Amino acid sequence: MKLLDIPKGRTVKILYFQGGKRLESKLRQLGINPGREVKVLRYAPMGGPVMLDVEGRSVALGRGIAARVIVEKT
Amino acid sequence: MRIALIGQPNCGKSTLFNQVAGYKAETGNFSGTTVSFTESKVRVLGEVVDVVDLPGTYSLAGTNPAEREVIKYLTSNAVDVVVNVLDASHLSYGLSMTVELLELDVPMVIALNMMDEADRIGIRVDVAALERLVGAPVIPMIASKGRGIKPLFVTAFKTGQNHEKPIQPEYSSDIEQYLSVLEKELAGVESHLNPRALGLKLLEGDEAIRKNIIAQKPAIEQDLQKIEKSIQHERGQSPDWVVNGERSGLADNLAKRVIRQGKRKTTFRDRLDDVLLHPVFGYLFLILILYLFFQVVYSVGGLVETPLMDLFGNLEVWLVSRFPNPDGFLTQILVALIQGISGGFAIVLPYLVPFLFGLGALEDIGYLPRVAFLMDSLMHRLGLHGKSIVPFILGFGCNVPAIMSTRILEDKRERFISAALSTLVPCAARLAVVFGLVAFYLGPLLGLVIYLFDLFVIALTAKILSKLVPDESPGLILEMPVYRIPTLKAVVNKAWWRIREFVVEAWPLLIAGSVVLSIFNYLDISKYLNILVRPLSWMLGLPSEVGVPLIFGILRKELSLVMLGQALGSMEFALVLTPVQMITYAVFVVFYVPCLATLVVIRKELGGRMMWQIAGLTILIATLASLVARGVSMIFY
Repeated sequence: MKLLDIPKGRTVKILYFQGGKRLESKLRQLGINPGREVKVLRYAPMGGPVMLDVEGRSVALGRGIAARVIVEKT
Repeated sequence: MRIALIGQPNCGKSTLFNQVAGYKAETGNFSGTTVSFTESKVRVLGEVVDVVDLPGTYSLAGTNPAEREVIKYLTSNAVDVVVNVLDASHLSYGLSMTVELLELDVPMVIALNMMDEADRIGIRVDVAALERLVGAPVIPMIASKGRGIKPLFVTAFKTGQNHEKPIQPEYSSDIEQYLSVLEKELAGVESHLNPRALGLKLLEGDEAIRKNIIAQKPAIEQDLQKIEKSIQHERGQSPDWVVNGERSGLADNLAKRVIRQGKRKTTFRDRLDDVLLHPVFGYLFLILILYLFFQVVYSVGGLVETPLMDLFGNLEVWLVSRFPNPDGFLTQILVALIQGISGGFAIVLPYLVPFLFGLGALEDIGYLPRVAFLMDSLMHRLGLHGKSIVPFILGFGCNVPAIMSTRILEDKRERFISAALSTLVPCAARLAVVFGLVAFYLGPLLGLVIYLFDLFVIALTAKILSKLVPDESPGLILEMPVYRIPTLKAVVNKAWWRIREFVVEAWPLLIAGSVVLSIFNYLDISKYLNILVRPLSWMLGLPSEVGVPLIFGILRKELSLVMLGQALGSMEFALVLTPVQMITYAVFVVFYVPCLATLVVIRKELGGRMMWQIAGLTILIATLASLVARGVSMIFY
């Protein structure tokens, strides 16, 4: 399922990305790589970005990107 | 001996650099890129060494020009030793770039920074194990408190002197086999990278390197394709995916072996986001913080501006009185010189200095990325990303720092649109025109209407521009740094560097422009200037005398008000202009060509072409907007 569909407070495991190389390398740089577990911290209102906890670090992803990150429940 | 500092953004690299460099640093631009490398001389063990601060990058993948420039620089003979600055509290991230650095096979030292922060969140790092695994010295330190800096530079110096190289990270045996095949073939090839690193780049699918290598040795292409095919076949994944995946695996493995995670306490700082990013309170705080910020900047600026203006005014009168002929050529030049100097001193600096201090503090606290988070959805509606809000906000104070702040945007399109939009934001100077002309004569409410009209035009322009220049970037990807209490030293340093840029680069032009225009005036070119602008002033229904104030207004926006009085022969505008003319003129002044200082900064940040494009665009917008304003106000007056 998409990262975008995960409610606030839930922890999920990243499976893969539906997107180009550029997107993938940008996400990897921030530690968002397949196999890693991330926690959804909060959503900004009105279609704003989603904020994740990636190993103790906070990272914000636009919803367009979050829709292209495929995850599974842990 | 030259030591290069490299690390991911926000690892405390610049703090470290400033600790050793103080105010002595000088910036240098590398041709063809916007990457700036800061260099300083430092004394280590009695010898003078150069320390270079490289721009923070997340990786060395070479996907953008900045990264490529950094790789080239690190592998050139210019650098003797690389200091990899790592944030110990986020070690598992930083290590991915460490692996990439190891592959460059250059002498290296690891500076394990922010040990106090790591301690706070319960992270223990096994320094000895890390040293053993990477084959490079690891120095724990706390840069912000100046701890560990001396041992770091002494170790770096020795490592550079002895040319000690780190251990190469090892990939899976199949990849290693292919790599050794490639290495042999790449032996004689000319490149700044060593054959092994080159082989990895080829497998990663680096287009630029691939082209270069094949041009040198066409035979390699076939073998490379064969290897790529076998990897794809054996692993069921593309080679770049395999290499990247293994590299993150190497970094993760490294992290696992050196990091001991203790209990993590939630602190006040962790809970701060719950309030500051709250769906309702977050926005209230945003408004409050920005309001306070501008209130402080305006009151400090206003407090200083008036006495300084008076001082320069008196100086001007006194100097002119010393000359026998007040209208003489020399006197005119002198007056222009003083006006140019006072323009920077009394009008720009009083606002720029407190503004940059406040901005530096907000930056160091870590609030600006939060603003981007909160505003992303609104900015999306305009076809932009959250990060573009920053230059936009700054523009209300002065367009100059607004343009400078577009540096935080990665993509060229976003930078161009944000820069163009921030030149439309009514800065303090333009506000003076709106207030002095419209609000003063026609009532404050109308001033506010013009303000709102301005915001509407900006939004419309954003919409149109983002349609014209299609979006390529995938969307917002932004790290939220941990909140930190800014140190005075860091904020002063940052503000000083930015003020210096204005003083050195924009101010001289302001003075020169002022002198050139006074020569025009002396030679009585005004009437020709008025004729030049006549098509425009006629179209807007304005008297032809507005030509000169409009041209002078490019120099300093306040001049378009001050000189309007001179040109029309009366500072009592109600006697010489109709209400419709006042509104039309004010709207035109708000939008047309940003001031010279802003233009100079645009040229520096984005290049001459974009400067002309933005200048042209703003004239077009100004003409259209003031025509609309004229039409609408004719209904009411």
